[in-house]
Amino acid sequence: MFIITCPFCGERDQSEFSAGGEAHIVRPKQPTELSDDEWADFLFMRKNIKGVQFERWNHAHGCRKWFNVIRDTSNDKIHAVYKMGEKPPSD
Amino acid sequence: MKNNYSIFSLLKNSLSYHENWQQAWRDPEPKKEYDAVIVGGGGHGLATAFYLAKKHNMKNIAVVEKGWIGGGNTGRNTTIIRSNYLWDASAGLYDHALKLWENLSQEINYNVMFSQRGVMNLAHNLQDVRDLKRRTHANRLNGIDAVWLSTEEVKNFCPIINTSPNIRYPVLGGTLQRRAGTARHDAVAWGYARGADAMGVDIIQNCEVKGIKRNVGTVEGIETTKGFIKTKKIGVVAAGHSSVIANMAGIRLPLESKPLQALVSEPVKPIINTVVMSNAVHAYVSQSDKGELVIGAGTDSYVSYTQRGSHDVVEGTLKAILELYPIFSRMKMLRQWGGIVDICPDASPIISKTSVKGLYFNCGWGTGGFKATPGSGDLFAHTIANDEPHTLNAAFNINRFVSGDLVDEHGAAAVAH
Amino acid sequence: MSENFRSSETKFLDKTNRISFKYNGKKYYGYKGDTLASALLSNGVHLIGRSFKYHRPRGIMTCGSEEPNAIVQIGGSGSFTEPNVRATEQEIYEGLEASSQNCWPSVEFDVGGINNFISPVIPAGFYYKTFMWPKKLWYSLYEPAIRMSAGLGKSPTQPDPELYDHNHLHCDVLVVGGGISGILAASISADNGNNTVLIDDKNSLGGSTIFQDDENFKIDDEIPSVWLNNQIKNIKNKKNLIIKHRTSLAAYHSYNYLLARENLADHKSLDERSNKLRQRLWKIRAKKVILATGAIERPLIFNNNDRPGVMLANSVKKYIDYFGVRCGNKNVIFTNNDSAYETAISLNKKGINVTIVDIRNNSSSILVKNAKNAGIKIYWNHTVVDTKGYRRIKSIQIMKMSDDGTNVIGSKINLVCDNLSISGGWTPMVHLFTQSGGKLKFRDSDQVFLPNTAMSDQISIGSCNGDFELDDVIKNTNSECKNFLSASVTDYDSLTISCPKQKESKNIWLLPNDKPLGKTKPFLDFQNDSTAKDIKLAMREGFKSIEHVKRYTTTGMGTDQGKLANMHALGIISETAGVKMGSLGTTTFRPPYTPLTFGTIVGRNVGTFFDIIRKTPIHEWHENHKAKFENVGQWKRAWYYPKNNESMHQAVQRESKAARESAGILDASTLGKIDIKGTDASEFLNRVYTNAWSKLAIGKCRYGLMLNEDGMVYDDGVTTRLEENHYVMTTTTGGAANVLSKLEDYLQTEWPELDVWLTSVTDHYATASICGPNSKNILKKLFPKLEFNDENFPHMSFKNAELNGINCRIMRISFTGEHSYEINIESKYGKSLWENCIEAGKEFNITPYGTETMHLLRAEKGFIIVGQDTDGTMTPIDLQMEWIISKKKYDFIGKRSLYRSDTMREDRKHLVGLLTDNPREILEEGAQIVQDEKKQPIEMLGHVTSSYFSPNLNKSIALAVVKNGKKLKGQKLLVPMKDKTINVTVSDFVFFDSKNERLNA
Repeated sequence: MFIITCPFCGERDQSEFSAGGEAHIVRPKQPTELSDDEWADFLFMRKNIKGVQFERWNHAHGCRKWFNVIRDTSNDKIHAVYKMGEKPPSD
Repeated sequence: MKNNYSIFSLLKNSLSYHENWQQAWRDPEPKKEYDAVIVGGGGHGLATAFYLAKKHNMKNIAVVEKGWIGGGNTGRNTTIIRSNYLWDASAGLYDHALKLWENLSQEINYNVMFSQRGVMNLAHNLQDVRDLKRRTHANRLNGIDAVWLSTEEVKNFCPIINTSPNIRYPVLGGTLQRRAGTARHDAVAWGYARGADAMGVDIIQNCEVKGIKRNVGTVEGIETTKGFIKTKKIGVVAAGHSSVIANMAGIRLPLESKPLQALVSEPVKPIINTVVMSNAVHAYVSQSDKGELVIGAGTDSYVSYTQRGSHDVVEGTLKAILELYPIFSRMKMLRQWGGIVDICPDASPIISKTSVKGLYFNCGWGTGGFKATPGSGDLFAHTIANDEPHTLNAAFNINRFVSGDLVDEHGAAAVAH
Repeated sequence: MSENFRSSETKFLDKTNRISFKYNGKKYYGYKGDTLASALLSNGVHLIGRSFKYHRPRGIMTCGSEEPNAIVQIGGSGSFTEPNVRATEQEIYEGLEASSQNCWPSVEFDVGGINNFISPVIPAGFYYKTFMWPKKLWYSLYEPAIRMSAGLGKSPTQPDPELYDHNHLHCDVLVVGGGISGILAASISADNGNNTVLIDDKNSLGGSTIFQDDENFKIDDEIPSVWLNNQIKNIKNKKNLIIKHRTSLAAYHSYNYLLARENLADHKSLDERSNKLRQRLWKIRAKKVILATGAIERPLIFNNNDRPGVMLANSVKKYIDYFGVRCGNKNVIFTNNDSAYETAISLNKKGINVTIVDIRNNSSSILVKNAKNAGIKIYWNHTVVDTKGYRRIKSIQIMKMSDDGTNVIGSKINLVCDNLSISGGWTPMVHLFTQSGGKLKFRDSDQVFLPNTAMSDQISIGSCNGDFELDDVIKNTNSECKNFLSASVTDYDSLTISCPKQKESKNIWLLPNDKPLGKTKPFLDFQNDSTAKDIKLAMREGFKSIEHVKRYTTTGMGTDQGKLANMHALGIISETAGVKMGSLGTTTFRPPYTPLTFGTIVGRNVGTFFDIIRKTPIHEWHENHKAKFENVGQWKRAWYYPKNNESMHQAVQRESKAARESAGILDASTLGKIDIKGTDASEFLNRVYTNAWSKLAIGKCRYGLMLNEDGMVYDDGVTTRLEENHYVMTTTTGGAANVLSKLEDYLQTEWPELDVWLTSVTDHYATASICGPNSKNILKKLFPKLEFNDENFPHMSFKNAELNGINCRIMRISFTGEHSYEINIESKYGKSLWENCIEAGKEFNITPYGTETMHLLRAEKGFIIVGQDTDGTMTPIDLQMEWIISKKKYDFIGKRSLYRSDTMREDRKHLVGLLTDNPREILEEGAQIVQDEKKQPIEMLGHVTSSYFSPNLNKSIALAVVKNGKKLKGQKLLVPMKDKTINVTVSDFVFFDSKNERLNA
């Protein structure tokens, strides 16, 4: 079980959080303009990276804020956390 | 032909202290070119190779496996086999597999210890009852042997379940599929490997795929840690690592790879003679032929390739086990482990051609792929050999995520399948 | 009177406290502090159990958790029974009952022993090769026989009378292992200001050094046992050090999350277990972890090395030096290293006959010299080729080895003995290190795997890190702890240590024999009966990976998880394959380190505490009025209120009629309620619901349907505009938490520009829903100041009001089709509100009704229940609810998905009504619907989602989803049941008051 540093609350046990999947998949502003393929891409297709992945977590049993985590899915090491709307740390 | 396995071959070999048994499969170096290469030496991949050779006469083929065969989810799952699925497409697929299971030991001359001890699915609330009855009616009309059991019938069939009306989520009934059961997971991989090898299939272990070579949308071969292998057809059966291979080929899949855990108890004398699954009280349990209670836990909700999950999941699972089987409180967990399961949004697999010609994917089995092993291999072999799906796997194409024609097995599927 | 093997004094047991216990029905005695194993050995009992496959007699081999053989059933057949308990770890208590496992009728004479005679035909993996013909015998004979022979002990058959506990622990430094290195580490850590926890699985600290009385070993001129005893006294006084005895580390997860099991009661007699608390699971988060888990001795692999009386040499030393028990009168020590000489010297000193067989040519260490000087006979360069004795070892045969160690030469020498102590060197316990994700390296010199790179902040010290000599242990522990904890000085910087050093070592994984391998039984895994032959067979058959060999031969899969077997399996594989051992890797060490009781893992979360129970503020009233309850998620909802032995059907018919004829009242408090505030609240609702919200007037209510992004119906409910920028949304009972999470997700991640604030108020309000023609009259009585005419308080509108001075929100909305009000009040007044309603409604025969009647009434009106009439595959169009999809809105959640090729198909499944040809026949919910029963395969068009007998229509009605149902109205269809087929006709799904006249009645 990880320790995740909530950007609002600090270090907490993983059991307080829920995972929200791949980050930075922006909901299309004009869905009607998209082809079925493009919409399916948004809805279902995922990178599912083995390695460093950008993902969303929610402090569900805490402040209930969503934020982003950079985690290596091959060893579960967390490299960084940052708030929604912020750019990922560069290194 | 290899020596046939039987009591007679055992007796004969005992005279020479078993020093003359042949290899169950060779350990070949890859050839320069194959007619088809299967990526992934788990049960599904080996079954695919077996049926390609046996039914489609494709014998110049190879299975490449980055570790040892059967070392992924095949060797890590809780081996539940059943076909009582809700939708016609699923029922067709899984019952096709179940029928193959029923003759598999004889077909591959390898005892996979298929134990038709029945699978029960329990209902704990009124919607469970509706859902399970719905599934049972559908099963009956699809020719699948599932029946509804009252609480008393549940108790009679498996007396150690706590059917008291006073527990938090009392058992309101359940379904039973008697033809369902369990099998020895390793034997399935080994038996198919031996059978495929005997027909000339090269099984190449410790050979990791590093790239998929394409030319104008057509497959030309694969790069591996043992060099480049030329081939026109690649069948990918890489379970949790499907997306890794897909990324190499520039294909996007609707998959997420998540940790799934399981555990066994210490071995005890027979105490539970069937497989019991419960959705609302999230637990399933059976007893292996070694006497261990085999218990499946749930998946974690995050992507991970570590083959480890969180302890909370194990704790929650055992909590549910003790709710339904308070007598197991003093039993001890002997071993726990994790696998990586590739999950589709509709909880159904993909057995499909792709946008790259000659590249086929068999993935997305989530937590329930083992039961489909023979059927999955057979249908995937058909798809690869004919470049067209069989009617039984036509519904499990990748395009369903574009059209919306999903095979949603969430609603009435049992706990994590 | 049997011989007493307690031969020497011991300071570790309380000899004034004599304890009786039963083993296989016979009474024995031991002392407080004895393990079951030491107590049995003191009574001369060696035969403990039978092996899994061949049912060979087996005895005690070790003194710890690595024990493969001596596992017993504790506690008879009662509720305290426990299978597969290691006699080497179980402390005895007054009245303890233990019995042998896997044998019938007794451990002395076991019918299963026949397997030993057919063993030539049943090598590793034999079952994969046979039992296939004839096929039907698999079901009737083979499989039942295999199953019958499964298992060791017996599962309990009664609920557990004891309790388990969980405790969280946060510390700076966790030290695992209370041997000398762990004690030093804990001391250093605590002295440097760290909050430190030291855990040890034994009942007292000190590991094997605490009984090291050999004068060849000195620490600051004291013998190690004395010196260490002072250290233990010393650390017990340290304020920031917690010491936990009888606590074994079970699992070491990532991020330094560790689980340890503290044993609170298993060493106590049943009378002493007053608080019922048996074991406690410590969930530990440590900033730093120091592993001092020690090493275990390796056996040697030779023919018939499994007989009772064959034991590990270091364990024999512990039994004599710690427990004062000799394991035999005539001992042979068989070794490949110096450490076993300590055992020999110890036995010799106590006047016990001992002979040594050593596979090495010589050794020049002090220990060996001392053994020689003591007159102990040593057979150099010899190996054991066979042993004799069925229930206890009686003699061994030894032979000289060839120079290269691959063969034996010369003639056999027979040595009579009743104990054979074997020592094949040491294996560091790196299990926990690898569990935490650490990677190992291989040390060729003594063939051990050692910790290399760790994934978390930790170090390994002492023998688990490959230090086997006392001076190395102390010096390296000191320096590594200093480095790890950034300590500058410690108490141990200038100790003088003297100890004998091992000079010569020789390791042979499988010892040579005069017979061909095929005729011998050299066991590796004693519990599972896998032999060196099996390993070689597996490799011959193409199983080359260590994991394949393990699985094919079952080596290392017993209750000891291969603590003794795995290294030899690896060694034999590497020798056979001719590859370097370090390149093979190891099998994965999986948690737990030792088996962990289910109860301990679960803790208190059993029975009543399995899952929380959510009750409405009105729950007590329902209970008092004999309501039956239904579980809906975690909620208990009143299901129906049977009167005078009514059946459910009767009660529901009565309640349903009453609600339509006069007045009914429902506890609707469980519906999810989300308070929505902000200047963009209307826009937010526009985006999350399919219909339009901007023009909803203040004080008005509207029904909304929420989709998933895939276009499928997700939730529904009525939302009320309380003020310009203030709404309250209701959700389904089961969907409340998920809906809130989903809305928060969109708000925070997709639409952060919206000024909207969401608060769950589900638990803050209680809701009484009153419906029926007299509902208005009842409300008038309750709220005399309020105007209830349709102009002032129309359907789908809301009013603030006061009841006895308490604010209420009243919504005039209806889920039954009747004129209806929902009164919301702060939770703490919920029961009072309800009682007021009942009182006011008395004259109108107000009838409380439960969820079943609610479901029936809404079905008469054709209102859906999300989750019952939908299953995640239904769009609003499928539900014939096109009216609720705004054509004007540019976007809402799920809109795009409604325009995919499959979701636009005309012949999708649609919600319809079904009427049975026989109006008394009630369809089964979940039943499938077909057009033609004869056509194969049968095409299923859909299924029955809701079905009731309607007392108000006096006929059976059902809702169903049917393929192309919109076009099938009036068509005859079939519902095939197991024993009959029911004829039905597709109808409209609104069965009652289709013009909605009653809403305003």
